[in-house]
Amino acid sequence: MEKHVVVIYPHPDDESFGAAGTISKFREQGVPVTYLCGTLGEMGRNMGSPPFANRETLPEIRKQELEAACQVLDMDLKLLGLRDKTIEYEDRKEIAVKLKAILEDIEPSLVITHYPGHAVHPDHNALGAAAVLAVEMMAADKRPVLWTQAITNTFVQDLGEPDVVQDITAYFDRKIEAIFCHRSQAGGMISKWTENETDEEAAKALMRERFGTERFFTWTADRAAAVE
Amino acid sequence: MKPIEISTVQEKLDSFLHQEVYIHLETTNGAYASHLNEKAYNVGAYARNIKVQFSQAKIVGDKQVHRVGLKLDMGWIYAEGLTHWEMLEDGKLLMAGHDREGRLMVALQISETPFNY
Ligand SMILES: [Zn+2]
Repeated sequence: MEKHVVVIYPHPDDESFGAAGTISKFREQGVPVTYLCGTLGEMGRNMGSPPFANRETLPEIRKQELEAACQVLDMDLKLLGLRDKTIEYEDRKEIAVKLKAILEDIEPSLVITHYPGHAVHPDHNALGAAAVLAVEMMAADKRPVLWTQAITNTFVQDLGEPDVVQDITAYFDRKIEAIFCHRSQAGGMISKWTENETDEEAAKALMRERFGTERFFTWTADRAAAVE
Repeated sequence: MKPIEISTVQEKLDSFLHQEVYIHLETTNGAYASHLNEKAYNVGAYARNIKVQFSQAKIVGDKQVHRVGLKLDMGWIYAEGLTHWEMLEDGKLLMAGHDREGRLMVALQISETPFNY
């Protein structure tokens, strides 16, 4: 059993879309989970559907949405205070040092982050790279296992099949509940996926297919060498 | 935010003339544009808390879509595609253009005090 799991993603909602089922599974086993959230998604262009936020009110709204999602997922939240869409322009080492200090404090047995270079959004790639570096910098006997998540359309082609496949059907409803906490972001997206489905069950089946599993690559020296 | 009403917004723009102000200017089609459609391009530009003074400001309408231009001592700032506006309590003028789904595509904001960063 894991001792403590730390999830490192840059945006409020990455945790719900990416790992809500896995987080729920760990929480059910009594494993503490902490989310280190990089930014408040200040630069998001979704303002709600219909829009209820603006560029200046969005950060506070997303912070509240994130806190609600963390409550649903029953995990601790720590904000890293970076700015949306700027992480790749920061000094990677500096972020890694900061992350390393937090990890040394929490002493997790497992860290989950994005797969650098295969995670679409520049913030995903940049924070994933910093998280990987942070774990690599840790003393070998303190170093947690690292799971990385790829989300490009071609990641299976590029990287092969992920070795960690979490069946999360048992936690599907909680995952949807967590996603819906991010009301400013999720509204438009979900109506798009389900717009062709006339009945609710068909829509749910579509989402279950999309969200039925959460998949990760265990980080290895080979993967590290391929990134550099 | 409310749909732009030219005369009201023009009045607000004029209230910032001839003084040091902070500008937020951005345009974006989202970080996922080419992920969702491989023929699309990811484009965007962003500037926040740029200090300027302008001697003329004008909003020009084209049905629901508007353009705003600010004339600086040595240059110009303009934004196209603005649809909505709002005046925040602390005197920040927000103008933005949204697409059919309500997503922000362009924003021009003016304030006497810096924007949060
Ligand atoms: Zn994200």
